[in-house]
Amino acid sequence: MPEHTFILNGKPVTVDVEDDVRLLWVLRDVLGVTGPKYGCGLGVCQACTSHINGKAFNPCSVPVKSIRPDDEITTIEGLPATVGKDLHPMQEAWLEHDVAQCGYCQPGQIMAAVAKVKQARATGREITEADLDEIRNVCRCGTYHRIREAIMAGAQHF
Amino acid sequence: MMDGHNRLPQEQDEAAPHPHAGVGRRRFLGYLLAAPTLAVAVQLGEAAAGTAPAHAAPASLPELTRLFDFNDMLTDAALPTSGLITIQVHADGTASFALPRAEVGQGITTSTAMLIAEELDLPLEKIRVTLADARPELLFNQLTGGSNATISTYTPVRVAAAIARQRLLEVAAEVLDAEISTLTVRAGVVTAPNGRSAAYGSLAEKAASLKTVRVATDLKPRSAFSVIGTPRNRVDALASVTGRKQFAMDLQVPGAFPAMVCRPPTVNGTVRSVQNVDAVRAMPGVTDVAVISTGVAVRARTFGQCIDAVRALKVAWGPGTAEGESDETVLRELKAAEVPLAVPPLHVLAKTVEATFTFHFASNSALEPNCAVADVRQDRAEIWASLKSPIVAKEKIAAKLGLLPSAVTVHVTEGGGSFGRKLFFDAALEAAEISRAMGKPVKLMWHRTDEFRQGRTHPMATSRIRATHALGKVLTYEQRHTSVSTDFGHGLGEIITASAARLPVGDLAFSETIFTLTQQTPYDLGLHTHFLNEVDKGFNTGSMRGIYSPNVRCAQELVLDRLADEMGKDRLGLRRQLIKDDRARAVLDKVAELGGWGRELPSGMAQGIAVHPEYHGVVAVLAEIDCRPQTTGRHVPDACTGPRVTRVVCAVDVGLAINPKGLEAQMMGGIMDGIAITLTSGLHLKDGAFLEGSWDNYFYTRQWNTPPELDIVVMPPSSEKPGGAGELAVGAAAAAVACAYGAATGTMPTTFPVNHSGPLGFEPLPTVPPIPQSPTDGLDRAY
Repeated sequence: MPEHTFILNGKPVTVDVEDDVRLLWVLRDVLGVTGPKYGCGLGVCQACTSHINGKAFNPCSVPVKSIRPDDEITTIEGLPATVGKDLHPMQEAWLEHDVAQCGYCQPGQIMAAVAKVKQARATGREITEADLDEIRNVCRCGTYHRIREAIMAGAQHF
Repeated sequence: MMDGHNRLPQEQDEAAPHPHAGVGRRRFLGYLLAAPTLAVAVQLGEAAAGTAPAHAAPASLPELTRLFDFNDMLTDAALPTSGLITIQVHADGTASFALPRAEVGQGITTSTAMLIAEELDLPLEKIRVTLADARPELLFNQLTGGSNATISTYTPVRVAAAIARQRLLEVAAEVLDAEISTLTVRAGVVTAPNGRSAAYGSLAEKAASLKTVRVATDLKPRSAFSVIGTPRNRVDALASVTGRKQFAMDLQVPGAFPAMVCRPPTVNGTVRSVQNVDAVRAMPGVTDVAVISTGVAVRARTFGQCIDAVRALKVAWGPGTAEGESDETVLRELKAAEVPLAVPPLHVLAKTVEATFTFHFASNSALEPNCAVADVRQDRAEIWASLKSPIVAKEKIAAKLGLLPSAVTVHVTEGGGSFGRKLFFDAALEAAEISRAMGKPVKLMWHRTDEFRQGRTHPMATSRIRATHALGKVLTYEQRHTSVSTDFGHGLGEIITASAARLPVGDLAFSETIFTLTQQTPYDLGLHTHFLNEVDKGFNTGSMRGIYSPNVRCAQELVLDRLADEMGKDRLGLRRQLIKDDRARAVLDKVAELGGWGRELPSGMAQGIAVHPEYHGVVAVLAEIDCRPQTTGRHVPDACTGPRVTRVVCAVDVGLAINPKGLEAQMMGGIMDGIAITLTSGLHLKDGAFLEGSWDNYFYTRQWNTPPELDIVVMPPSSEKPGGAGELAVGAAAAAVACAYGAATGTMPTTFPVNHSGPLGFEPLPTVPPIPQSPTDGLDRAY
């Protein structure tokens, strides 16, 4: 089996797995990193949203062979370390607003939220309601309103 | 009817005010158990029974629901037979409780921990609420449904905690050398007047009982509550936001490799033959292939390789249970089965309003798909899954495997949503069958596309209504709800079987009984009848957050708008005129006031208002919708946009809200569900198969459909006891949105979701192979 190396939550990892296995399954089934959730495997529900080199992406839609050795993959488990804290400010905001219901989509929601805030800043502005409308992550419990409140609050702190 | 009610066990009404404190207060019974540290137990149900006194509505015939409703039945079902539930206090100062209910996001582990914290005087963070394995000795008392969890556990859990506290105080009195009545407790520390103190942890072993004894205790009066009724954050919030919360598919069970099933192209199709088993078994990562009753199962190192294997299988399929059926054929079947309306003698000046509504199939799929881990051996089996009816699951799995139920261990895991879906144990049963067939542990997960196509649906239904009015009064109201059969095979049926003899419902069928026990009308509509008739058992159906209520409520509120218009009355005004009870009037008035009922809005925007009583609670919703072309025409890639609900105001009275913050969350979710089922969420049936196959086909509410403004008001307590919350808001929200849509467009909607008849908003995925391959362009879409 081919070997694939990349940086996962700050540490290099190497896995033996076929080239075309999507990264989500490499993370979950091979490496046992279960923060990113399966919700569709189609790049639609965004429950597996993680970061690659700081940008949000869906590991369900990327074959492991497309990941380079120096690519930094961050899952929800590694998010706090990106700011050198026990919790990322966006996670703190999530707690403050008691956003989660079942919690299944929440790792993906938080990873998307952090990227969305940064995406707005990259264009020289802060996140707006219109940006929130673009977030595709499905929350079947319907916590959307608290997600919006938490993102706006969390954005004040990083 | 009254006789049937009066035979029910009665509890002295704790709700009654006690002008003379301590006089007439009921003592509650429980047990100190023989255990290494303090363990107390109560019978679940024993202390929780009791129904509101019967009283008839003033003008309408009394509805059965006002005498004895569905929740009374669920609560009552457990009384004579339930086992014990146990709270333990540990040497580290924590208390633990294994809740015999499913946590699927509704927040009952938090509210249950609050009950214990309240009566035990221990901080919330020192209480661990886990989910109990299937416990057959609890008989009917391990079913999570009907928004009954809090109603049925409220008193027993408090009694157990109160007994624990009492025992700890008895021991503390000895240790601290003080009279028990002089002791005070704060945050799990007992303090004596002499200043000496002892933490619960230090007392836990001394408080342990050598033998099991029965003891009595009092409960705190509501005036002494400091936890119940205060807004608290969820006890599992940190686990959720850090990704540490473990769902079934996150468990590491040795040897349990991923498994998926290649499913038929039509609903419940059957396997005739498989042409390439050996070739598929030789694919990378694949370990096993086996034909099972629902398709062809594959097991592999990763789910990705399961997907590859499912797609590679060449299967000859036999017909299913809905072969050739489409929305149109089912609708014809429903119309043919409608119970006729029976026009009563009319006032000479009476005018008639008639309407028929169609509610299309909808999916109750959660975001966590059907899944289960199964390790089946020759003589035993172990199952892990989120299950709302774990006892029935255990019995059915045992029967399927030919094992004694005692040889099957069923662990209830945290659930990633339910909405009715997890009342069934489809994946657990299937996982057990696969593990048996392969002789290996498996971690079975359904593909998202399977969820929509072969998963449970809210049955398609019609509601036909005829109402008459004269001289400003509603004289008659008839509603005939006709539905594709709802499957209650998850245990509700068994409860009804057990309860039927004591229920005042005669020989109604299960679903008719549930309909009769759940459908309440908040309005005085004169001579009022409503009936359910069911047809066609060919579909995989089940309850979907509210069973029949969202459809029935939506239809009734739309007809009320018509009646108001015909009678020349304000739509809120007519509701206020007809509303039966004060709690309902209060929530209606609250949303009308906060939402500015009747305020000026641009053409194409409008308000709708509705009220729904159920589960010993009542909720009102006011919705504002924007149907202007610039809004309905807005474009989001691969999305369903259309009208947007711009504002929702909700007021809820559940009697006593244990955790107002959690209650608000349940209302929020119910509102999003109501918006979805009215505007966008439906399934299209064509040639025996559902066309939807992804969340970009099945349009559950997304951020672009979410109301930018949302206000939820939890009303002050109106009772000493909590009502149910999980399903309560869906009906009122669905109806308010439908009424707003009708007002904004000038046309009463009659088909739901309203976009169902329009052009299909997506290109259907193929049915063979049954699941799509995962994309490979994820990096291109990174942001």
